[in-house]
Amino acid sequence: MPRKRTTTTQADGANGARAKTRLPKGLKNSDLVDYYTRLVQARSLDERIWALNRQGKVPIAASSQGHEAAQLGSLLAAEKDGDCFLFPYYRDLALKVAAGLTPVQTMMSFMGKAGDPYSNGRQFPLQGADLPHKIIQISNVVAAGLTQSVGYALGCRMAGEKTVVLVYFGDGATSQGETHEAMNFASIHKLPVIFICENNRYAISTPKTSQMAIEEFADRASSYGFPGFTVDGMDLVACYEATREAIIHARSQGPVLLEMMVERFMSHTTDDDDSRYRPEGEVERARERDPVVTLARTLIDETILTQKQVDEIAAAVLKATDEATDIADASSPPDESGLHDMVYSP
Amino acid sequence: MSITIELPHVGESVVEGTIGKWLKKPGDTVKRYEPLVEIITDKVTMEVPSPVDGSVVRLLAEEGETLPMGAPIAEVATADSPEGAEPETASIEIETAAPDSPGTTGYLLKNVTPVGPTGGAVVEIEEPTGTTADAAATQPAAPAAPVTPAPAAAPPAPSGSTRLSPAVRRLAQEHSVDVSQVQGTGLGGRITRDDVLKFVESGPATAPAAAPARQPAGETSADGEETYITVTPVRRMIAEAMVKSVSEIPSAWSTVEVDVTSLVSLRASVRAEFEQKQGSSLTYLPFVIKAVVEALKEFPTMNATWGGDKIILKNRVNLGLAVAAPGGLIVPVLHNADQLSIAGLAAAAKDLADRARTKKLTLNDVQGGTFTLNNTGALGSYLSGPIINYPQAGILTTETIQKRAVVIDDAIAIRSMMNICLAFDHRINDGSEASGFMAAVKSKLQKMAPGTSIY
Amino acid sequence: MAVKSVIEAVREAIREEMARDPKVFVIGEDVGIRGGVFLATLGLAEEFGYDRVIDAPLAEASIMGIALGAAFRGMRPIPEVQFSDFVWPSINQLIGEAARTCYGTNGALQVPMVIRMPYGGGIRGGLFHSQNVETHFFHTPGLKVVTPSTPYDAKGLLKSAIRDNNPVVFLEHKKTYRLVRGEVPDEEYTLPLGKADIKRTGSHITVVSYGLTLHYCLEAAEELAGEGIDVEVVDLRTLTPLDTETILESVKKTGKLAIVHEDNITGGVGAEIAALAAGQAFEYLDGPIMRVCGPDVPTMPFAQTLEDAYMPTADKIADGLRKLAAY
Repeated sequence: MPRKRTTTTQADGANGARAKTRLPKGLKNSDLVDYYTRLVQARSLDERIWALNRQGKVPIAASSQGHEAAQLGSLLAAEKDGDCFLFPYYRDLALKVAAGLTPVQTMMSFMGKAGDPYSNGRQFPLQGADLPHKIIQISNVVAAGLTQSVGYALGCRMAGEKTVVLVYFGDGATSQGETHEAMNFASIHKLPVIFICENNRYAISTPKTSQMAIEEFADRASSYGFPGFTVDGMDLVACYEATREAIIHARSQGPVLLEMMVERFMSHTTDDDDSRYRPEGEVERARERDPVVTLARTLIDETILTQKQVDEIAAAVLKATDEATDIADASSPPDESGLHDMVYSP
Repeated sequence: MSITIELPHVGESVVEGTIGKWLKKPGDTVKRYEPLVEIITDKVTMEVPSPVDGSVVRLLAEEGETLPMGAPIAEVATADSPEGAEPETASIEIETAAPDSPGTTGYLLKNVTPVGPTGGAVVEIEEPTGTTADAAATQPAAPAAPVTPAPAAAPPAPSGSTRLSPAVRRLAQEHSVDVSQVQGTGLGGRITRDDVLKFVESGPATAPAAAPARQPAGETSADGEETYITVTPVRRMIAEAMVKSVSEIPSAWSTVEVDVTSLVSLRASVRAEFEQKQGSSLTYLPFVIKAVVEALKEFPTMNATWGGDKIILKNRVNLGLAVAAPGGLIVPVLHNADQLSIAGLAAAAKDLADRARTKKLTLNDVQGGTFTLNNTGALGSYLSGPIINYPQAGILTTETIQKRAVVIDDAIAIRSMMNICLAFDHRINDGSEASGFMAAVKSKLQKMAPGTSIY
Repeated sequence: MAVKSVIEAVREAIREEMARDPKVFVIGEDVGIRGGVFLATLGLAEEFGYDRVIDAPLAEASIMGIALGAAFRGMRPIPEVQFSDFVWPSINQLIGEAARTCYGTNGALQVPMVIRMPYGGGIRGGLFHSQNVETHFFHTPGLKVVTPSTPYDAKGLLKSAIRDNNPVVFLEHKKTYRLVRGEVPDEEYTLPLGKADIKRTGSHITVVSYGLTLHYCLEAAEELAGEGIDVEVVDLRTLTPLDTETILESVKKTGKLAIVHEDNITGGVGAEIAALAAGQAFEYLDGPIMRVCGPDVPTMPFAQTLEDAYMPTADKIADGLRKLAAY
């Protein structure tokens, strides 16, 4: 199956009017506005969390800035489908927020407060499970979620369900043995699993060229006998499209690999300083393709939103972020009396 | 010789097999490991190889016949034996008989080759002769070179039998047991938990302090002629100590008379004040101790023990004072008796005696004695033949004080007289040392008179 | 009651639970068509289908991870690690992930998974088919660890393990598979996890053991009975949760404690039990606590002499107990 690169394109019409971009199947303008709002909210929370870390209120954070289009584009396809389950990884902040976490819940999780929906403060932020939003991410061990996601899909099949499982991971995870094992098993049993690699070409400081000898990770899919595609991960609509088609394929024919090329705008985590290893100017150039900026431009250009509306969204989002920060800051961490709870299931 | 081939066991759940097809017939030669017969079981069809080089003598089962595992199926004559000789069963003893009622705890099979290390083969054919050797080798029997790197280290012997385990301490406390009275039957003489428990069960009853302990009433013999009294641990200990003393120590005996008239006066003169100050009575004992202890310093071989190739002189004077305690004789020890004044000795001796009678002596109180004193005169004795407190060099008794008519300067006088008797280890001291010691004790006692300080 | 072997008891337990609950499935190497290298799952694929008795690729980590993922979805997987020696490639999914799932999701997810492994030596298995691995799981909160020694216990405990909503490491001593036979009830029964079983009552010494060495302890006890030493043999059956009550009650009764296990002595289960008794039954101890265990040598060498030197035997155990009794 041929790989394809997909991008949305704009072309000026002969009469000077901008040609409207054809929206992919199943997508309405209102979806784009909805997702733009979620994107901005995720970005706002992401930036605030880093600031809070520098104030000592958030111990650790991994940013999704630069990854948002890939995360939200694929999420949009999953939501539209209605029968998907997600296994994100530690950098999927935008995905988890957009999936339905409120700003307050997000802040509670990053500050380690009681009532954090993922783990009630037992784990790193947004780690554990958010079952109402069909999300599981148990650990930080890179690629451990891949085999689990394949097992989940197996379980769904045993239960007679048609659920498609989306599992997310970075380029670093592609080297793990379990990545191979998961893809191998999924391909043997033709399980409905979409392997989504958010390839930002850095695993902490390890560049892609030290992680793999090949140019595109998507090439590996064919060695398992299933299709793989490289996608522009900075283009939300392109990611939506690729994922939508992958879901259809996975449900009936088996695994698909989507390599979404993204940019990492921030250091690996709040404990990292990527100026030590990234060439000067690289991040600045990457920010020129900021999905928040480009999607806003698209929405304005397509006259789906006005600039005023974009500004209003930004203001509302900031207000929500501020309120969430204050509420979470004022709430308590879990009581120590709960230390022994839930070591075992009843 | 001829051997009988049996239907081999091929798996724990397989109990019988059917002869599928004979691959050899009588008269055929067969090589070791060459297939002999095809067997069909409910799990698998398999070929059974011959365990030996030889020739088939006769077949003992027919094709299509179903037999239990272990049943004989053929006879094969080996190359170096006459045919027709008594067939020797070289059977593969795979299973031992199960016990009658294994219960849910079950039992561990012996003489069975367990499943191979990397799994249970569907077909568990053991090459007969080779396997029998292997099967024997895998027994949990005595290994060729028994080397036990890790397992049980022997528990350390309790040091000097003075360590008490937590259980012993707890039980002793709960039952108010004086552990110095308990005989230890554990390693190195250690007092065990059971020793304490037995002591509690058969222990001495609390008796009035002054009265000599009466033996508890015991069982009567069947014919009514005899009554048996249980030997208490204390009694047993005393008995053993006495036997040891008389059997090991060649004990000689000597006595002298002591004129204690002036001592009597001395005591009378200081007694009231002492008893008012100390709140307890002043007996003759501390005066006697003083004299004895000073004499021991002058005759150090009387404060010693026989060491086989040496005489061991004890540098301290730890005087044992025999006390009749409930349950038997106890000899609490007054340590460093040479360092106390008469008044000091009185107090110390009283304390020991009190504690002996109330079972509050510590282990230290009954150990380390170097010489023993026994006031046999308290009960009216005039002369005694004491038994040495093993392994000391001597034991001294003080007899009753009597007013007697004696000759002094060719005149008859009424004097208070007290005999003192000495049993001594004749290996260490001869009569001259013994007599010298006695003379010293006598001399010191006779010098005690009103004016002698008791502090 | 019929007399069965441990492997038969294990197979029956799996079979009965698979029949009882359609969510129960088996996954492992060679479990399907071959019925397992020890025949633990013989006939099950034929009976329940190859999609419930799954022949996995040779990839231990994924066997564990995929089973775990299926458990997230609500299935009740029984992944088999073909030999305990091969659990190490999958150790993250078991100790890192499965053990922490319930705690790390604040109870939102449970892991009703039974990880079965043949373990132990004495069968000429060498360094890679003999390993005792229980301590690593014993030391991991969030896991339960079961070590039956008889067919009766194996069946009853395995059924309970399968019905438990937690990850249970179920360790089957491979030498007991065929060599231990015992009565197994025909009717349905389960045994509770976390309860030890006093296999022999006694008054002089408490011996605590599990697995194969439990049987050697019983043999040693019989021998010592003839010498007037009355040994109480406690079969732990479950390591986690540990039945501290039964252990302490027995130690308080006898005053002397020995622990026997095949696993290396240092840091083994015996060390924990010794600390337990020293800490909570101190006033009742009438002698030092003894351990008769495998030496601190990689378990276990292949040559017969070396394996014999390694293995605790009834004689070695009896020797140790004699010394403890005489203290």
